Amino acid sequence: MSGTSGGSRNRSVRFAATAGLIVALVAVAAGCGGGSNKSSGGGGGTTSSGSSVSGSVKFWGIWSAQEQKAVQKVIAGFNQKYPNVTVTYTSKGDNIPTILATAIAGGSPPDVADVAQPGLVKQLVQQGHLKPMTYAKSTIGANFSPAWANLGTINGKLYALLFKASNKSTLWYNVPVFKQAGVSAPKTWSQLLSAASTIKASGTPAYSLCGASGWTLTDIFENIYLRMWGSTKYNDLSAHKIKWTDPSVTKALQFMAKIVGDPSNITGGASGALQTDYPTCVDKAFANPAGGAMVVQGDFVGLEILQATKAKANTGFNVTPFPTITPGADASAVETGGDLIVTFKDNPAIEAFVKYLATPQAAEIWAKLGGFGTGNKNVPASIYPDAITKTTEAPLLGAKSVVFDMSDNQPAAFGATTGQGEWGIFQKFLQKPSSITSIEQQLESSASKAYKSGK
Amino acid sequence: MEPLPGAAPPQPSEEGLSRYLAGTFFLLPAIVLLGIWLLYPTVYTVVRSFFGQSGYLGSWVGIDNYRTLFTTSTLVTAIKNNAIWVGVVPAFVTALGLIFAVLTERVRWAVAFKTVVFLPMAISAFATGVTWRFMYLQDPSQGAVNALGRSVHEAFSSPGVLSNALPSTTSLQNHGGALVLKTPLHPGGVAILGLTGIAPQDMPSGAKQAVKPAPKSGDVEGVVWRDFKPGGGKPGVVEQGEQGIPGVTVELRDSSGKVVQTTKTDADGSFDFSGVAAGTYNTGIGASTFAKPFGGYSWLGPKLITPALLIAYIWIWAGFAMVVIAAGLSAMPRDVLEAARTDGATELQVFRRVTVPLLAPVLSVVFITMIINVLKVFDIVIALAPDSVQSNANVIALAMWRTAFSGNNDFGAGSAIAVFLFLLVIPVLALNIQRFRREV
Repeated sequence: MSGTSGGSRNRSVRFAATAGLIVALVAVAAGCGGGSNKSSGGGGGTTSSGSSVSGSVKFWGIWSAQEQKAVQKVIAGFNQKYPNVTVTYTSKGDNIPTILATAIAGGSPPDVADVAQPGLVKQLVQQGHLKPMTYAKSTIGANFSPAWANLGTINGKLYALLFKASNKSTLWYNVPVFKQAGVSAPKTWSQLLSAASTIKASGTPAYSLCGASGWTLTDIFENIYLRMWGSTKYNDLSAHKIKWTDPSVTKALQFMAKIVGDPSNITGGASGALQTDYPTCVDKAFANPAGGAMVVQGDFVGLEILQATKAKANTGFNVTPFPTITPGADASAVETGGDLIVTFKDNPAIEAFVKYLATPQAAEIWAKLGGFGTGNKNVPASIYPDAITKTTEAPLLGAKSVVFDMSDNQPAAFGATTGQGEWGIFQKFLQKPSSITSIEQQLESSASKAYKSGK
Repeated sequence: MEPLPGAAPPQPSEEGLSRYLAGTFFLLPAIVLLGIWLLYPTVYTVVRSFFGQSGYLGSWVGIDNYRTLFTTSTLVTAIKNNAIWVGVVPAFVTALGLIFAVLTERVRWAVAFKTVVFLPMAISAFATGVTWRFMYLQDPSQGAVNALGRSVHEAFSSPGVLSNALPSTTSLQNHGGALVLKTPLHPGGVAILGLTGIAPQDMPSGAKQAVKPAPKSGDVEGVVWRDFKPGGGKPGVVEQGEQGIPGVTVELRDSSGKVVQTTKTDADGSFDFSGVAAGTYNTGIGASTFAKPFGGYSWLGPKLITPALLIAYIWIWAGFAMVVIAAGLSAMPRDVLEAARTDGATELQVFRRVTVPLLAPVLSVVFITMIINVLKVFDIVIALAPDSVQSNANVIALAMWRTAFSGNNDFGAGSAIAVFLFLLVIPVLALNIQRFRREV
């Protein structure tokens, strides 16, 4: 199982992680009125047209186990409004890209699917397999800021709804190590660097990197680039409108070299980090004695800490937003990933279901159960069950500046193949952080090749 | 399907025809199954390899996919690596199997020995890969292979007590492993030797608040301490809350760099060289304090990963070779060996001139089987090599899977790799089939 695909496995780890974190935290928090009473879901009233729609929807997704139960509850909520529509959800697990590809080749795709790779969505649109969801535009517009609607817009048409979102712009830290070193959670880039050097002097390496999993390195780069240059440039780079040899990339890599450039401040040194995969680096950082002080990764880290280590929330570990770099509108821009709802067919039942998923009611059903983030601005932050989840997921609610994980958004040959393309080249960068020029050239040549053949 | 020679008379009589039909009838299920599960996929793969990523419609690319195969660096690495595998593994496995087989004939616990050598065959290659990955880990406290290296290493040199420590200011400089104070001192001077990068749990026990000694004429004094308190403190200044490091060996070097005196620090980190003659001196902390423990070889790094994989793979298959060759050995006519020995041949001569030639058919079966196995090798690579070096450890079968299913979903290029692999295996298979025919 751990030998399966790089891309989809890592993705699934992330989402499963986000999911379980909150579930676990809810369990820990106990007492916080957790009842499965979802009748409070409000928003009844307008069911007049609901029963006139009938039909069935074949829905494939990656969610299994706890997440599958949660999505069934969301479907139950939908059925209260539309009793005559039957939604059949089937969990296809991590391999959904491959399963979809073969289903399409065999001529029997589902009606609705959830896909974690925006790059795949784009590819499916280009191949003409997806139907635009123009009918849901007003519902999405009413509940999400334009930045979120843009995430699902391809060639000017709306094709996808980011139903379940994760926040990849977070930084997890070991509280006792921070205390021992006498530093507090960094808010800005310079605070991060000075905290890191103080932590090093205190005798613990500041960064626990998961270099064997290439995507963890690109995630760090992407956060730096996003907070340094803002979302417009970020999107241009991810669409390859800016070349990888651009001075903006050089500067971002120079900043990143401040993290990966000092092997004595990395758990196990650079070569040790390159053999440490995700989530082993998390286990190391939050072990006792601590192998490192910080893990610069998204919200999915929380569950791993709770499951694999003895560290407790707030006293053992904590989370803070990725430090700001350039002040301004995009100083706290968020990098997100998540599950995109796409449609292969079009009929009133499918339309009703997609529209329902864009409502705050649908999001709240799952958010209450845990393991769920959303950009829906009409969902109150108070829905999240604990402080850690609030820190990680609240920045998403109505976030005005939000972008996709860059490597997810690029052709897979460049952005999502184990040991190759972007993942492989950033591993070379960790090995030799002084070779920025050569790294940029390799990135550029690999990117231009992938963009050419992707067409 | 041809009918059996005896069952097909040139002019089928009534009876012959029905026998013929009966034969065909019984073969039918096999033909259908082979057709569905082998023939159709093979043909489909070949056809698919001439189309691009998006499928059949309008994506005919001709031999482009095959061109990619030989121009993409990762695929070229895969082909090169497969060549190394083919060059190394069959030869080693056959040779080791032969040695084991011949030797086990003469030991007492032959059955036990054979069982142990054969055991790896009973473990799935994937599990073997995972196990060896742990054994190869670089950190000697986790990886068994490097742990062995560490115990050998430590038999000769032991690591220092403060192997991770770093100088707290640039006034301390590295001289061949020792940290030496840059500014020379005269008798009556005080050396400030601050160290950082020491985790609290790594501090020697009994450490007390660091004290900077008052100068004393005729003596060179100083302090070695953990120059860190929460928040960092001021580097190079002994502050409240910073602890001295006891038991550190401090050296006094004269102007030529020769060590003239050594002493150990007290609980508060202070030290004192008394009766120092006039002149200039450098103080420093000896290199043995900072001696790094054995860090381990990077078996899973880009340079050693392929050898590491080869070792693990040979470990699995040597048992198989041994069992097959031992079977051949036991079927060998003993009188020939006896005759050679009676004629005065040494054991080595018997082995080289009699045993090996007589075993040649068995050896070549093992060798050819191994070539086929190795061409298709996949599971151990994906299980053993960390993601960061999988492009260095790549092999054709893994490259095919990566291209077709993992991330890329490029069935066209993936099919092309599969066809290429198929073409490589065919001549070896043909050879093997020919051998079987000859033996029957």
